[in-house]
Amino acid sequence: MRGITKGYLIKRIAMLLITVWLGLTLMFIIPRLAPGDPISAMVSRLSAQAGRVEQSEQMIEAWRERFGLDAPLSIQYLRYMGNSFRFRLGYSMAYFPTTVEEMVLRAMPWTLGLLTLATLISFMVGIAIGALLGWRPTPRLVRTFLPITLCFTSIPAFMLGILLTYVFAFGLRVFPFAGAYARGLSPEYSWEFVASVVHHGTLPAAAVVLTSMGHWALGMRAMMITNAGEDYMVLAQAKGLRPSRVFWMYGVRNAILPQVTALALSIGAIAGGSIIVEYIFTYPGMGYLLYQGIVNNDYPLIQGVVFVLICGVAVAVFIIDLLYPFIDPRITYERG
Amino acid sequence: MNEVEHPPEEVALPTRDYSWLNGKLIAGATILLCVLLFTLLGRLFWDVTLARVASCPLNLPPIGFTMPGPGFQPAQAAHPLGTESSGRDMLALLITGTPNSMLIGLIAAAIGIAVGTMLGMAAGFLGGWVDAVVRICSDAVITIPSLAVLIVISSYVSEIDIKSMGLLLALFAWPGATRVIRAQVLTLRERGYVQMARLSGASTPEILVCELLPNLLPFIAATFTASVSGNILAATGLEALGLGPSRVPTLGMTIFYAIRGAAILRGMWWWWGLPILMLMLVFTGLFLMAIGLDELVNPRLRGSGDA
Repeated sequence: MRGITKGYLIKRIAMLLITVWLGLTLMFIIPRLAPGDPISAMVSRLSAQAGRVEQSEQMIEAWRERFGLDAPLSIQYLRYMGNSFRFRLGYSMAYFPTTVEEMVLRAMPWTLGLLTLATLISFMVGIAIGALLGWRPTPRLVRTFLPITLCFTSIPAFMLGILLTYVFAFGLRVFPFAGAYARGLSPEYSWEFVASVVHHGTLPAAAVVLTSMGHWALGMRAMMITNAGEDYMVLAQAKGLRPSRVFWMYGVRNAILPQVTALALSIGAIAGGSIIVEYIFTYPGMGYLLYQGIVNNDYPLIQGVVFVLICGVAVAVFIIDLLYPFIDPRITYERG
Repeated sequence: MNEVEHPPEEVALPTRDYSWLNGKLIAGATILLCVLLFTLLGRLFWDVTLARVASCPLNLPPIGFTMPGPGFQPAQAAHPLGTESSGRDMLALLITGTPNSMLIGLIAAAIGIAVGTMLGMAAGFLGGWVDAVVRICSDAVITIPSLAVLIVISSYVSEIDIKSMGLLLALFAWPGATRVIRAQVLTLRERGYVQMARLSGASTPEILVCELLPNLLPFIAATFTASVSGNILAATGLEALGLGPSRVPTLGMTIFYAIRGAAILRGMWWWWGLPILMLMLVFTGLFLMAIGLDELVNPRLRGSGDA
């Protein structure tokens, strides 16, 4: 039977909620474990940096309302949960009248676009390379030269990012250093703007793709080799199916399943890695916003960005989990 | 079109299950040994106090390179790998920073693996609600982007040292190990020797320690290697954002200072390039070891020779 059963759906939704709850609770506990009252610490740090704090009364009021620090801990916790689920993340300290949710919403499309595209490209290219490497009839020449594409696998994405910036932005000057689109352009649906976005996004995306696709390739190769000995592969070949059909429908189709699970498990790590890639390229997404929060000691901003990151990753995993039964029908009655 | 008829895959059965003489494992270990040797010999033969701020002339390129433009002096033999903009000697930085970076990863991975092995064995062997709780917790923690949470924690901590950073990273190092070990225990616990031990009246802890643990060791080793690499990566990530230890040199903090000092725009490639090169060696070594260990525990992967 294909599709999603009710039990499976309920389990996945529960998992989504548990993950988000765990993340939110961590965000609640961490500031309270830090020595001192978070608000006075924030204000003193800010005034020590800036010399004076404008509208400090108003800021403290806003934070008191946000944190409700006079209430007992349990009430604080419930209020915090309520605010977070209504997507009220409070005011940024560095850019005071601006709310964190405004800043996050401005940054989100960039991260979402860059990360989704880069992850998909990396996953598909990696799968293709791995499938060819683990397939016996692949020509020897291809098998000898394909592993060269995997030489960046063990390097962290941001380090390759620095190298790429140096070679292509500083040395050859073919790609821009920073930003998501050229200065003077305004975001709109025009060819010029889209071209500029692609031009600016190439290096950060390349850094993510080149460093991550090797992991998919290795996993895929391993599964292809393991599958090659299975009876159904022997039978498929013995009954004279076209090799391309055996490759796609019997080899790749089965070997890809564990990779999808691996993808769901590593989305958190990919999102984490992209924070630093964005910072290297000053790409105006969530990662760069987070860096700005760190530099300015803007705690509401840091927490807001991380909260949204946790939710985003949890939702992405949830979506993959929902798609999984469609590519692997066994799941619905095995584990569902 | 052809090539359906292969020779049977393994003609000669290996006498032992695990041959530790795996090419990739040895290559990886050799790279890591060279890195360690470099730092050990470096401490003996090079003045590591040069890694302190303002102990050398500023902005010297490595020997054999000249930098155009004002602000750059010719290279000096006293600083063969050059110096950076705060007057630290790059060679001394590499010698003292590399072991620190590796130590953070080792501490985090050791704790993570220890906790993960215990949880994984308990979950896999006991099953039932223990398994359910462990699985839900580890799945939830894996999904959370740990680097983001670590950033929040470190942004509240004003000064962090090597050990606390390792402990901090260990908070997120256990779920991966838990998953691997649990899956392995599930396949092992129905094996004959485990049934045998159970029938002869061995207690659960006895079976876990005497029967299962020795058979899990190759998996623990493979997971540990991967985990060290992952934790060094997370540590350098935090450091590159400026959230690492600032009293002792690490490779990640060197990269952070280089980025903050606009080293890329100024063309000072040695400032960020040398620590990255060092880290790449460490990562490649660990990666090769992890693949090698993987092939040991999963002999089928050895089959197709190249790649």
